[in-house]
Amino acid sequence: MRVVSVRNHTKISVRAVGLMGALIGLVVVCMLSIWLGSKDIPFASTWDVLWHNDGSRDAAIIHTVRIPRTILGLLVGAALGLAGALMQALTRNPLADPGLLGVNAGASFAVVIGISLGVTGVSGYVWFAFAGAAIASVAVYMLGAAGRGGPTPDRLIMAGAAITAVLYALIDAFLLLNPLTFNEFRYWDVGSLSGRNLDVVLKLLPFFAIGIVLTLLLSRPLNALALGEQTAIALGAHIGRTRVLGVLAVTLMCGAATAACGPIVFVGLAVPYAARLITGPDQRWVLPYTMVLSPILLIGSDIIGRLVNEPEELQVGIVTAFVGAPVFVWLVRRRRVTKL
Amino acid sequence: MSVTTSVRGKPIRTKNLSVRLDIRATIVCVVMAALVVGIGIVAMTTGDYQLTVSEVVDTLLGQGPPGAEFIVLDLRLPRLLAAVLVGAAFGISGAIMQRITDNPLGSPDIIGFTMGSATGALIVLVLTHGGMLAVAGGALGGGLVTSILIYFLAYKRGVQGFRLVLVGIGISAMLLATNQYLITHASLQDAIAAQAWQVGGLNGRGWEHVEPVAWALLGLLPFAVFFSHRLAILQMGDDTAKALGVPVERTRLVLIMVSVALAAVATAAAGPISFVALASPQIARRLTGSPFSGTVSSGLMGAVLLMASDLGIQRLFSNTQLPVGVATGVIGGLYLCWLLAYEFRRR
Repeated sequence: MRVVSVRNHTKISVRAVGLMGALIGLVVVCMLSIWLGSKDIPFASTWDVLWHNDGSRDAAIIHTVRIPRTILGLLVGAALGLAGALMQALTRNPLADPGLLGVNAGASFAVVIGISLGVTGVSGYVWFAFAGAAIASVAVYMLGAAGRGGPTPDRLIMAGAAITAVLYALIDAFLLLNPLTFNEFRYWDVGSLSGRNLDVVLKLLPFFAIGIVLTLLLSRPLNALALGEQTAIALGAHIGRTRVLGVLAVTLMCGAATAACGPIVFVGLAVPYAARLITGPDQRWVLPYTMVLSPILLIGSDIIGRLVNEPEELQVGIVTAFVGAPVFVWLVRRRRVTKL
Repeated sequence: MSVTTSVRGKPIRTKNLSVRLDIRATIVCVVMAALVVGIGIVAMTTGDYQLTVSEVVDTLLGQGPPGAEFIVLDLRLPRLLAAVLVGAAFGISGAIMQRITDNPLGSPDIIGFTMGSATGALIVLVLTHGGMLAVAGGALGGGLVTSILIYFLAYKRGVQGFRLVLVGIGISAMLLATNQYLITHASLQDAIAAQAWQVGGLNGRGWEHVEPVAWALLGLLPFAVFFSHRLAILQMGDDTAKALGVPVERTRLVLIMVSVALAAVATAAAGPISFVALASPQIARRLTGSPFSGTVSSGLMGAVLLMASDLGIQRLFSNTQLPVGVATGVIGGLYLCWLLAYEFRRR
């Protein structure tokens, strides 16, 4: 017994130190994101201007472009990561990503409708995307939950796959028949943080906030759920309530993130999995790690995308995959592969 | 995702032979085979140029009415066969992969093969403006390189199905990003061609597309059926399977290769027709009422799904040249929705 308790103790402190390290990493990445960009601003003046907006051109760039972009990266990264972690815990399938609930397909479908109605620009797409994401995920949930047993993981996955397939087929048909809409859509579809102003960030902030708080509150019932339905009930967890709230949180976070940036797939799938490889299955650690590591990946990729191909930017959706996937493959190779 | 290993069916015994026959599965397979023939007849006889069944048969025997030869032998038959064979190949490929990974999402799409062939095809389309056969070659090359890469990256004292899928997800993400880069940096015309290829279609497919798929199916189907019998034992876990005398690693390698090769030739011929590989085994499993998706029933289901979709898109949208992948997504997706809803109500 004693040996076990000692081992537990050291494990907790290692995880806590790791989380602190990750947090410091996140702060560094955020600073880099504010400092680096197509306009060269020395670090010293970046630092000054960050705290005292002196009205210079550099200050304008930092306060109206780079800071909102970094905040958006923080929110979107955390939201996508947590939504993925939640989805994987709810479906007990490590291959699940938030897109499975139909969020990305619904958002894309609505954006295609928006473009064909003449809506232009990122801030115009936001509400279309958000509404589409919400409607699609409600539909998936209803189809998955129809029946006495409620929404079991396998049914949710199949319902999501079915509705997603229908939506993407309709999107493809529409795009192939309307080349001009396709020409707009292909740039939205990549996923990018550029050109989003503070206005967009502030409007979506409540959705991000509610989703993130809800997710963190769910970490204990999710732990119970991981033991299987019967055991979770025996332990006093409210399975139905946990699932409903979980799906709600996924919809809010992933919907808002997709509305703000377009569909970015890899973060929500890989980071929670990687976090679980680091921390073990306890959601009380998986969720915070995911919440810190995801924005590091997203903002870090965004910085690389700004620098690698100057003056043209490489969209964050593309860079994320190339930065994250090698790390992911390396982790998968190194660690024992676990099923949820 | 739970492993169920019940054995169903009625044993049929003669003096020297004992065979297990799953009656419901057999009936479902016979009905689907009949559907393949039925849809085939409709597809061969209707269209802009109406033919009777006997005229079609005569043409196939070389004595048809004048003018019918070109329509039957060069247009309708290759397209029909392409639909049957590609659908069957995707269905079987998906059935095997889903059982190896023990996961309904484990189709060859998700382990990156399809994405690799899309990247190969897009590179040919966007950078070299190649023709249809060059694109097929690019798809085949891209897919094979990707799957070999994924296999070796997942190799660590043997390949575990689940690690294979995870490595596949990582590589797929990079390939998807590459595809998106190509599509956003191409001219609009090239981008549309690339998008259409990615949806997957049968427009303008001739004998040169049918033949490779036919040979591949002919060569690989025996392996698929033979080794699939071991899957039920494999699903009991590696240790149990080894104890029961199944060569686990070799069986899995052969089945993965069969699955990937089938998806490879099918994708090269028609593009990654989304959803056939994922949906066919799931629909077949629910129709036959068995805990597993059978190889034969999934193959037949894939053929029916793709034939019906292709017939629908040819007749309903004849002037738009929409690719068939659009129809498989809508038809297969809605049908799966209906099956799910029906299944839920019954419980």
